Amino acid sequence: MNALEIKNLHVTIDGQQILKDLSLTLPKGEVHAIMGPNGSGKSTLAKALVGHEDYIVDSGTATMDGKDIFDMEVNERSREGLFLAFQYPAEIPGVTIANFIRAALNARQPKGEDVDAVAYYKDLYSEMERLDIDRKFTSRSVNEGFSGGEKKRCEILQMSMLKPDYCILDETDSGLDIDALKIVADGVNHMRGKDRGILIITHYQRLLNYIVPDRVHIMWDGRIVKSGDKSLAFEVEERGYDWVKQEQTASV
Amino acid sequence: MQSMITVKSDSEFLSEAVFDHFLTRHSELPQWLVKLKQQNWVDYLALPAPSRKMETWRFANVKGLGVDTFRLAQPLAVEEGQSLIERSNRLKNTSGKLIFGNDDLLAEEELSEDLKAKGVIFEPLERAFAQHSEILEEFFMAQESALGSEKFAALHTALNRNGTLLFVPENVEIDLPLVSYHWAQGSESAVFPHTLVIAKDNSKVTFVDVYGAHEKDSSQLACGVSTLYAGPGAQVEYHYLQNWNEASLSFNQLTTIAQRDSNIRAFGLNIGSKHARNEGHTIIDGPGSNAELFSLTVAHKDQEIDQRTLQSHNAANARSNLLFKNALQDTSKTIFSGLIKVAEEAQQTDAYQTNRNLLLSPLAEANSLPGLEILANDVKCSHGAATGQIDDNELFYLLSRGISKPAAQILLVFAFFEEILEKMENEELAEFHRELIHQKLENN
Ligand SMILES: Nc1ncnc2c1ncn2[C@@H]1O[C@H](COP(=O)(O)OP(=O)(O)OP(=O)(O)O)[C@@H](O)[C@H]1O
Ligand SMILES: [Mg+2]
Repeated sequence: MNALEIKNLHVTIDGQQILKDLSLTLPKGEVHAIMGPNGSGKSTLAKALVGHEDYIVDSGTATMDGKDIFDMEVNERSREGLFLAFQYPAEIPGVTIANFIRAALNARQPKGEDVDAVAYYKDLYSEMERLDIDRKFTSRSVNEGFSGGEKKRCEILQMSMLKPDYCILDETDSGLDIDALKIVADGVNHMRGKDRGILIITHYQRLLNYIVPDRVHIMWDGRIVKSGDKSLAFEVEERGYDWVKQEQTASV
Repeated sequence: MQSMITVKSDSEFLSEAVFDHFLTRHSELPQWLVKLKQQNWVDYLALPAPSRKMETWRFANVKGLGVDTFRLAQPLAVEEGQSLIERSNRLKNTSGKLIFGNDDLLAEEELSEDLKAKGVIFEPLERAFAQHSEILEEFFMAQESALGSEKFAALHTALNRNGTLLFVPENVEIDLPLVSYHWAQGSESAVFPHTLVIAKDNSKVTFVDVYGAHEKDSSQLACGVSTLYAGPGAQVEYHYLQNWNEASLSFNQLTTIAQRDSNIRAFGLNIGSKHARNEGHTIIDGPGSNAELFSLTVAHKDQEIDQRTLQSHNAANARSNLLFKNALQDTSKTIFSGLIKVAEEAQQTDAYQTNRNLLLSPLAEANSLPGLEILANDVKCSHGAATGQIDDNELFYLLSRGISKPAAQILLVFAFFEEILEKMENEELAEFHRELIHQKLENN
């Protein structure tokens, strides 16, 4: 199936189980949103999928178009089309944005071949323009001294250069002013398409006004407890999460 | 190319007999030099071999430093020389070039008529000993070793016969760098490259020494000495790209003398050698002078790169800043031992010294011995050493974008080195450094 499929996922960090039987399917061509209270395990899901070594997968499966994700190295997952825009991206002093993205693109080339430098810069500058990122950022070290919003925009820049099949955006909207939010949302909408699945982790319905999701999932204590259409996001915005919890306990 | 005796006799080994043999072969040398050589040969034989008990050889693996098994390098075959000339092409924009193979001059690109007319001298020592004997008599090996390699300086003085003399007269500024390539060839060959740069008042020059091997795996000995004189107000930039093969043993002593208001920038790069020993003595002799001393090392396998430095401040109001960075892979080992000495009269000195090591393997070993000896009371001095590993978060971030682990390591080593690479103003030279670093990291 052409989807990112997560089934019965259990993930432990530091001996503590965080994801508890989580299942979720993101078909290609769709945009889904995950909302959920702090600490419910949203970032854990994202990081376990991209393969951070601190996150131990105890059981469950995750596949991309049928390919077993947990069978791949971290870099392989990326090359196979998985992308995470981090909630807290790392800073890499001494590595420029331009060299970083170029290395990521070169990693996707046949062995011994590199992307054409001229074409690369042309693409890079046009994506930067779309995201309203000043050109002088190309020679700045990755995320070093960037404002919160600049870091988020730089994550989206990487995403638009790498053109992954499945994108997970972990709170890419937090820390953005309203203009930046629109720019980032435009950037994401531009990438929306039948060949790509996008999973948006957010606390705010506000973002979903700009990027209208096909499905909304509520995460609670390590699993998806409710799914619905975009109206679910409004409900959460109005009522908080307590009612979800009550519904949950009632149904057990 | 002149033809010389090519038979390999026992007398070519660096033992008692070699020196007489050397002198008979080089009867053209001026008398003062012959005398100097004779004295140094005696000194060489008398001086003790390095031992770990000596402070200047602490931490060094001295067992690998025996030189008796090496013999004087033999002249190259024509096609070997030709291939080395072709490999001496990395820098396109230069004001002059000398190419040496086994201490013979293989080829040269002469100075422009304009620079010649201004009195610039850029000559191989084999000619300069005859044509500029008076300069060499004053400056050749005029500085003493201060960091432990007296024995190797004596050996160098006795058996050296080629290298570079670069003399830049007052007020002459040379924009493009001058470069000398020194190649070694043959099993157990010994070469003795020499560099003497004399930059007179208010002159400006950049000089580059590139050291490399004809073939990958035969063991060679390189025993070199370089001396830079920066006259009053002179600006001297020096690059030292050490890329001997990894079976080789190399010694290099660099002495830099900074006179009033001079500006010195030195960039060292250590790529090759099984065991390299570099000594750098910077002598601040004039007020207002400024010396910046940088070094990059990529060590892998069982390489040992041993660097000792001394910043001697003898004049007031001067500044020196040293930054040595080592990246270590596998079971490689580096030693950095640095001392800042500030004389009583050298008030208002600013002197800094930093050594940073990036361990890319749990089995690599970086030794650091920073030191200060300050007799003046009004100075700013600092020294520091830090050894770290690749940051897991940075590495994970790179991997998460599809970059392979080796490629990520290369990026992070360059990130670590960038602080020095970005200081190189000549783009072509900076690229040369980058290329050698890249090749080494890629082939690990
Ligand atoms: N290294 C760790 N060691 C122990 N517990 C951890 C570690 N990292 C995360 N956790 C815990 O895992 C739980 C889930 O964290 P996670 O970051 O996935 O939450 P989240 O849903 O993304 O929250 P937020 O909305 O605040 O970003 C939290 O209780 C957190 O404290
Ligand atoms: Mg989170």
